[in-house]
Amino acid sequence: MKIHEYQGKELFRRAGVPVLDGVVATTPDEAAAAYEKLGGPIAVVKAQIHAGGRGKGTIIDNPKQHGVVLAKSADEARAAAAGLLGKKLVTIQTGPAGQTVNKVFVEAGCDIARELYLGIVLDRAVAKPVLMVSTEGGMEIETVAEKTPGLIHKEHFDPAVGLEAYQVRKLCKKLGIGGAAAKAAAKFMPAMCRFYVDSDCELAEVNPLVITGDNQMIALDAKITFDNNALFRHPDYTDLRDLAEEEESELRAGNAGLSYVKLEGNIGCLVNGAGLAMSTMDIIKYHGGQPANFLDVGGSANTEQVTEAFRILLSDPNVKGVLVNIFGGIARCTTIAGALIEASKTVGFDVPLVVRLEGTEVEEGRKMLAESDVDVINATDITDAAKKIVAATGV
Amino acid sequence: MSILIDASTKVICQGITGSAGKFHTLGCRDYGTQLVGGVTPGKGGQDVEGIPVFDTVEEAVAETGADATMIFVPPPFTADAILEALDAGIKVIAAITEGVPVIDMVRVYEKVRASDAVLIGPNCPGLITPGQCKIGIMPGYIHNPGKVGVMSRSGTLTYEAVWQTSALGLGQSTCVGLGGDPIVGTSFIDLLKRYQADDQTEAILMIGEIGGSAEEEAAAFVKEHVTKPVAAFIAGRTAPPGKRMGHAGAIISGGKGTATEKVAALEAAGITVAPTPADMGQAVVDAMKG
Repeated sequence: MKIHEYQGKELFRRAGVPVLDGVVATTPDEAAAAYEKLGGPIAVVKAQIHAGGRGKGTIIDNPKQHGVVLAKSADEARAAAAGLLGKKLVTIQTGPAGQTVNKVFVEAGCDIARELYLGIVLDRAVAKPVLMVSTEGGMEIETVAEKTPGLIHKEHFDPAVGLEAYQVRKLCKKLGIGGAAAKAAAKFMPAMCRFYVDSDCELAEVNPLVITGDNQMIALDAKITFDNNALFRHPDYTDLRDLAEEEESELRAGNAGLSYVKLEGNIGCLVNGAGLAMSTMDIIKYHGGQPANFLDVGGSANTEQVTEAFRILLSDPNVKGVLVNIFGGIARCTTIAGALIEASKTVGFDVPLVVRLEGTEVEEGRKMLAESDVDVINATDITDAAKKIVAATGV
Repeated sequence: MSILIDASTKVICQGITGSAGKFHTLGCRDYGTQLVGGVTPGKGGQDVEGIPVFDTVEEAVAETGADATMIFVPPPFTADAILEALDAGIKVIAAITEGVPVIDMVRVYEKVRASDAVLIGPNCPGLITPGQCKIGIMPGYIHNPGKVGVMSRSGTLTYEAVWQTSALGLGQSTCVGLGGDPIVGTSFIDLLKRYQADDQTEAILMIGEIGGSAEEEAAAFVKEHVTKPVAAFIAGRTAPPGKRMGHAGAIISGGKGTATEKVAALEAAGITVAPTPADMGQAVVDAMKG
């Protein structure tokens, strides 16, 4: 689960990670009032969307309007907010359609001496969280990792212990930080690591992390993703979720207990199991088609879930055909066949439907489909299924 | 022979009185597994269709001599259940539960790796030595005793592979579902070592997916240390970056963990990579021909 920068900074503040004062605004007038409240002389108006690259990103049809704007007066803050709110911001992370800006964060300015990068993620290879810092603040860290990996410095830490003092000293040395700024780092870095663990983050990123003229260390950005599996430990995070940022069909699937990801193609897929669902997409592409989605109905899918799955698939106007690929293990083919027949009654299929069933109770399942009114193109294996759906959708 | 489990393995189920725990416990017993007991705190003294229930794993081990466990307890309690099994001296721990917080697994992983026990999962179908012992939720009847060691990050895709190798008459030595989470107890490399040393295993099928670098690490290991034929399949060639594809661990992040990279690493190590999921069995046949 992702949250907005302004929400992340509030969590930072509570965790003892220094941030600047700021006010969230949903109208231009609120943004102007926020500027007055912060007291000037400069403030920064920042679009709040769940994607990075906002500073370089621009509003659709208005390439001069960037996602982060410096304001030197209340009027400038108002104008910046007016240029962003309700508009679609396109960044390198949003895709060409962009994401609608519903809120802006008006933040006090500060005297920036240096811009650094700090990020914490899980290092899967060693099964430990890792703190990464770099002198290349403000840059896309993926670009830095690719072009100048030597400029990224890493320290793994034990979640129970946190970041040790010597690890901060090592990193400060590599970043060329000394004196008062190093003292600030000795507080900032362990506080971030503690925050990462205590909040069950998947990603906590501060880019840029700035050192001010008076040697303070401040989080100028906050990009946070929580581990969805740990949300049960943090009931207060429920309020932080912004449903407007999520793909509507994915949200709907999530509510039905389905795992769904919308893609750009025209062949809908309904599969049981994540790996099989992914490879079903792959084999459609292999035979010349384009998958419209990833959809895993899970191992114990019931009629309601399969029906909802079909509704979601067929609500995508791009979908010109559906491929059902089920390997019945614990989930029996008869259950899926029954659910398919029920779903066809309530949803109604107006596109070709190719079904491949295999595994537990497969013969009975096939028989059920054959004897039903559902217009099904039967497939004998995955290859056959992929070829038939690609042919049926006329690609 | 086989790896990790065989007909002599004595298995308990942690979470035996829950609906999934009970259902699969009985499924494993029906398959022929020596399912000797179960654990649900507070329900010691009861039984599940004749299988005794204990309050603690320690007690279950003392009473039954169990050396393996399958865990079905809910995600908030899974890490604790794994540690309890470890503490009781269980040697093979299969955590089936999906949805365990990653930070819990960081803590557990270190302890498991420092012990001589093996953790399979979490978020996995379990493991099976066909005809001898099934620990987990896979449909037993698709498996046949045979020569292919199957290891996979995905459940139903493993069934697909098993189905294909059974249909080709190859059969399986031991099949292990590693789990779909970012941190799992056992890696491809851990199993490659065991398959390489196992007389029954004549070929190895590795089923990977996008996310992380476990396949690349396995490829490097195969090149150096594995003399048996290895075939592979990678799911997710069409997966978009930054999106989680069902499994918590199946995500391309920061441009890393793509199927293309993984396939290239595997092929560079001389591994036969199936182009589609329909070709997994054939890829094993091809790898065995050399």
